[in-house]
Amino acid sequence: MGKKRYEIRLSGSGGQGMILGGVILAEAAAIHDGINATQTQSYGPEARVGASKSEVIISDGEILFPKTSDLDVLLCLTQKAAQEYIDDLKEDGILIIDSYYVGNVPSKYKNIYKIPFSQIANKEFNTTLVVNIIALGAICAATGCVSEKALFEAVKARVPKGTQEINEKAARLGIKLVKEQK
Amino acid sequence: MSVELPKLGGKFIQMEDEIGSMASIIGASIGGLKSMTATSGPGISLMQENIGYAVITETPCLIVNVQRGGPSTGLPTMPSQGDILQARWGTHGDHPIITIYPHTVPEIFEETIRSVELSEKYRIPVILLLDEVIGHMREKIDIEKVDKNKSFKRKTPDVPNEWFFPYERNSSGVPAFADFGEGYRYHITGLVHDVDGFPTSKPDQIDAFMKRMFRKIDDNLDDILDWEEYELEDSEYMILAAGCVARSAKQAIRTLRDEHGIKIGLLRPKTIWPFISSVLIDKAQDKKKIFVPEMNMGQLLLPTQRFASSICDILPFNKINGEAIYPHELVSFIRRNI
Repeated sequence: MGKKRYEIRLSGSGGQGMILGGVILAEAAAIHDGINATQTQSYGPEARVGASKSEVIISDGEILFPKTSDLDVLLCLTQKAAQEYIDDLKEDGILIIDSYYVGNVPSKYKNIYKIPFSQIANKEFNTTLVVNIIALGAICAATGCVSEKALFEAVKARVPKGTQEINEKAARLGIKLVKEQK
Repeated sequence: MSVELPKLGGKFIQMEDEIGSMASIIGASIGGLKSMTATSGPGISLMQENIGYAVITETPCLIVNVQRGGPSTGLPTMPSQGDILQARWGTHGDHPIITIYPHTVPEIFEETIRSVELSEKYRIPVILLLDEVIGHMREKIDIEKVDKNKSFKRKTPDVPNEWFFPYERNSSGVPAFADFGEGYRYHITGLVHDVDGFPTSKPDQIDAFMKRMFRKIDDNLDDILDWEEYELEDSEYMILAAGCVARSAKQAIRTLRDEHGIKIGLLRPKTIWPFISSVLIDKAQDKKKIFVPEMNMGQLLLPTQRFASSICDILPFNKINGEAIYPHELVSFIRRNI
């Protein structure tokens, strides 16, 4: 990845696991890949209605300013989140959307992965609870910001006991879905 | 803390409010335990009366204040640096106090240990001042590398009971602390007291007590003060900033140096009270200007002006909209003003 600062924002609606997703991604980088990461999230009234977000900065150098300003990657699971946050994405940044819920995005963005995360989660796992983990797999494959091995380890360390296997499968599926679109 | 502390043999108490929290950590400390409490927003105002009690009774304790926008209920969960002066002068009456201001998650860990140590060593409440930006953030820390064994043991008396003076005047200025209930019988009061712990209104005893309270801090600045110098060596301009704003400043310095060739560095007080006045005076000597960015209307600006305004120009940059100061804002402000 080189000595580079990588800014990632995960967004969706409350309850979609965006904060846990950010924590897992940051831990994959900082603990399992051994580079640096910070993770922040929105609190307060903003976090309780509408769009919810979690932000991760990954770098193999020191992370000075810990907030995002120019996003390299934006994940949007809802149209509302896309509308709220898309302006912070760099023009050459990577946009990953749940194509079932996000219909419209500005035409200037060219690096887009359109994946119907929630529908796939329902079909493959019979639950939408793993949407965030599938999305992490997608981010990993689309960006290479963390290694696949680190992602699997971080997922297994964070999800509830007894769900490790299904969550690892979800992460693998996310990786596969992006590789098919590359 | 409620989950983790009991696992390590500690005790966690939920009090009815911040007045009670502050009172109970003072009681715990007088009983011989290292104690701390934490708050944000109006909670620190509620704690101030008892912080004064901890100062005058010379009871070690740690108060963590994760600053948020105020006054009053203000801006819950949004960052601000509005309590910098309150951390110095929040409780009434002339008094010394120590305030430490870390700027990263690993530094919070290390400085919490140092704060407890300073508190025990000098028998004084220490305020650990934090920013919401760092307080609500996850960041990497290598626990193995942190020296966790340097924990300071408070000085306890070793004289017979009848020889014991709880507020004795000794060369260090810090009397030995007898844990309450351990055998030494003495009096504790929020009134100004003499060496025996009982109230006094005699000017010579008041003078001796008050001056000792200040002396124990003023005589030990070498031990208490700490700061970071970032890219200061060859710099013509200097930023003075603390907490999360220092991180914005470092990022801005990278851009100003690498992209615009401006020789600028940062002086970051880790101990903000007492203020690093002699360090500032020394570092300001060869500077053309000092920039003081803050998420308030100019609180660190005041001591900076007090000690350096006769040396060089000082320019404040203030932001109070509930957002962190972004590096690009500092870059353009500094470029416009040099």
